[in-house]
Amino acid sequence: MTAVLAVHDLHVAIGPRGRAANVLRGASLEVGAGEVRGLVGESGAGKSMLGRAVLGLLPANAVIAGGTIQFEGRDLLAMPEPERRSLLGRRIALIPQDPMTSLNPVKRVGAQISIMLRHHLALSKRDALERATELLTEVAIREPQRVLELYPHEISGGMRQRVLIAMAFACDPSLVIADEPTTALDVTVQRQVLQLVERLRQRHSAAVLFVTHDLGVVAKICRTMTVLHAGRVLEEGETVDVLAKPRHPYTRALLAATPRADRPAEALRPVPPALIESLWSEAHRLDGLAAAVPT
Amino acid sequence: MVDLAVSGPAQRPSRWQAGFGRGGQRLWLGSALVVLLFLVALLAPLLAPHDPIEQDLLSAQLPPAWMQGGEATFPLGTDSLGRCVLSRLMYAARTAVAVALIAASLAAIIGIAFGLIAGMFGGWIDQGVSRLIDVWMAFPPVLLSIVLAAVIGAGLTSVIAAIVVVDWTRFARVVRAETMVQLQRDYASAARALGLSRGQILRLEILPNLVPLIVTLFAVEMGIAILVEVILSFVGISVAGDIATWGGMIVEGRQVVYQAPWIMAFPIGCVILSVIGFNLLGDGLRAALDPVQRR
Amino acid sequence: MRWGEIIRRLVLIPPTLFGVCVIVFVLLRVVPGDPIAMMIPPGASAADIDRLRTFYGLDQSIPQQFITWFGQALSGDFGRSISLHQSVFELVLARLPATLELSAMATLIAVALGTVVALTGVYVRGRRAEWAIDGGIGVFLAIPDFLWALILLLLFGVLIPLLPITGRIDPQLDVTFKTNFYLVESLLTGRFDVASALFQHMILPALALALPFAALVARILKASLSEAEDQDYAQIARARGFSRPAILLREVFPNALIPTVALGGVQITLLLGGTVLVERIFSYEGIGNMAIDAVINRDFPLIQGLILTFAVLFIALNLAVDLLVTVLDPRLRHG
Repeated sequence: MTAVLAVHDLHVAIGPRGRAANVLRGASLEVGAGEVRGLVGESGAGKSMLGRAVLGLLPANAVIAGGTIQFEGRDLLAMPEPERRSLLGRRIALIPQDPMTSLNPVKRVGAQISIMLRHHLALSKRDALERATELLTEVAIREPQRVLELYPHEISGGMRQRVLIAMAFACDPSLVIADEPTTALDVTVQRQVLQLVERLRQRHSAAVLFVTHDLGVVAKICRTMTVLHAGRVLEEGETVDVLAKPRHPYTRALLAATPRADRPAEALRPVPPALIESLWSEAHRLDGLAAAVPT
Repeated sequence: MVDLAVSGPAQRPSRWQAGFGRGGQRLWLGSALVVLLFLVALLAPLLAPHDPIEQDLLSAQLPPAWMQGGEATFPLGTDSLGRCVLSRLMYAARTAVAVALIAASLAAIIGIAFGLIAGMFGGWIDQGVSRLIDVWMAFPPVLLSIVLAAVIGAGLTSVIAAIVVVDWTRFARVVRAETMVQLQRDYASAARALGLSRGQILRLEILPNLVPLIVTLFAVEMGIAILVEVILSFVGISVAGDIATWGGMIVEGRQVVYQAPWIMAFPIGCVILSVIGFNLLGDGLRAALDPVQRR
Repeated sequence: MRWGEIIRRLVLIPPTLFGVCVIVFVLLRVVPGDPIAMMIPPGASAADIDRLRTFYGLDQSIPQQFITWFGQALSGDFGRSISLHQSVFELVLARLPATLELSAMATLIAVALGTVVALTGVYVRGRRAEWAIDGGIGVFLAIPDFLWALILLLLFGVLIPLLPITGRIDPQLDVTFKTNFYLVESLLTGRFDVASALFQHMILPALALALPFAALVARILKASLSEAEDQDYAQIARARGFSRPAILLREVFPNALIPTVALGGVQITLLLGGTVLVERIFSYEGIGNMAIDAVINRDFPLIQGLILTFAVLFIALNLAVDLLVTVLDPRLRHG
């Protein structure tokens, strides 16, 4: 069965030519239909970049130096632009990170949802409004008709995030990329958001790539996980397996560094710098080798 | 955190190089135009083919040398009184530069004084000065300069006075804002803690940082001075008599614009080049000096 | 802007205008230059001069003069022009529509032109064409309206004699108007030949006024568009499959409009102020042109009336701009 998303050996560099920084060095992962995969790593590991590469949202000075991104068997990178655009938002969706800045401040909530529905699903204005109301109900927003008429600054951050989740699932996508959707929220709201994502995922039968640095979130909602560091995949597999018996020393250190509410208070043990150093020099060495190989 | 960059050591350009790089073509072009203007102004007696006030009524309204009817002795033609246009243009450049330098200097001195006082002392002194500036700027500059020049009567003094009176606020506002910003900087507090008096702080810390800003404003101000002279010529309040000014030439040329358009066209060209030159210089200086200062 | 703020602004208008009146009044009287001297025929006797002075109230003390003038002004009588011998009110009213039409046309042109240039500039962001557009904007900004007036006059009035350079309308044209809004009236009554002639006379001065303002609008709008395009919501719109032009026009532009109107709107009074010289250069019969003559002739009542008119227009424009910002930005509307 073709994986919904198959990233293979992706190399992405950012920056002016000659001084570019490699943010992805041959990263590979797969997400099957209906699978919820977590993509973890610390800040700067490249996990956001991977999500962005799939969505075609890389910054202007980023270069995809190699690898493929296949969506339902089709190569996203080789596709003509209009075709790719017809997929985005419809078959591949995004749940963005910051609800405060992810909605257009001068347009009403309802308008922002309907424009998507009318563009991708060719719904009439009335049908789009109806569907938007349904969507808001799905994400547990009371009084959906009232909310549709409001501007983003008139609703709370948690509600905005729910609107964004609704927009992500609006067109029944087969893949949803959630880019750290709980990072900007407080812990109590986090749980609700995770539950919502899970419920909607089941309802719309979508696969989810959950990008986060929070292992706790991964443990709760992702059946499989991939550990990313310095642009490379260090480890991947079923979440229970990875968390219980981490193979890579980095993963182990990451787990040890996570503060736990159920353990007695102890000094936080950060990932040992020496380990980081060795991982980075390893990455650089591999880059050097790769650069030295004549193509 | 480990540095992400992979390739060779970064070479930092010297401050001057960086400055000129940032200022870019604007700085070069602006400087070239301004230098050209200054040279013509300085060397007018040597460069001009004729005496600017020498009239030759038999050769009135001759077209430029390359057009039919023109004469080689009058490269740019003559005006209604038979005076050589080229020579008058050059001598008018002297007037323009003189007026621009004097007026800009005076405006700078007055504006900087007010700005420094307001910024340094704050409180109700600042309030008073700020209100004064607001009220002053509420008056339409054209009307203000016209009324003012009417007070002093026609002549270069009134032109200079008009420029100073209208535009000292430009310096005052910027210097005031910048002084207040500088005072809040750490090194100012440190200086105060060390026991330096206000005057010393002013001299040692603040003024050196204001210099780039003032230089930029000065360049812009000189451009404005040239324009004000033209405006006042239209209202008949600029220099009288034989002294050549670009504004005066334009006004005279306007009368005979159908018969002898060159009389108006050439001084317009000079004004445009000078103003663009000063603007580019100011723009380039701002780009070149600003980030260095802010760092 | 809440209603309270609007009312506060409206309430502040009369005292502001009063302040303007006082300042102008005093300034004029302090300035040397005797209006009577400007208008007397040679050979007038001292008695004649005194009589004229008394007729215009110039023999009274300054405060006395002010009280008289202000009292009459409140009832709509702004005195008689010393140089034109007509009621100031009627003179201003006769010429005001001309300036209003000119300024309105200039503003429309400037906004349209500036918007097109800004959108183009943002679309070619990062490419060499953007540098060219920025440079062009810089040049157009550096040249003030009256210089543009002179350039356009030279280029399209003299060197390539395409358009007229004097007045509002051809003297040969045999038309009568009911109002002084010539262009509006001719368009509304279907006299398109007249409208066309009027338009030809207006287009050069309107362009002169419009070009620097267009450059300003372009610069501010382009910067706002660039900044808005980098915001999260615009980036996310790309992830939803919308094309860049659609995003620029539909999502980014309404946001970028807000700071543009706020920053650029204040400058629109400069456009109005520019009418003084531009009308002069094109001999266009508006209040700007009249103002210059009034100053040259030291025609106090007329100058006062004109400055008051300009002040009212400035205040009205500023208020309109602020209201527009409130309309555009939903975040400002609610308490």
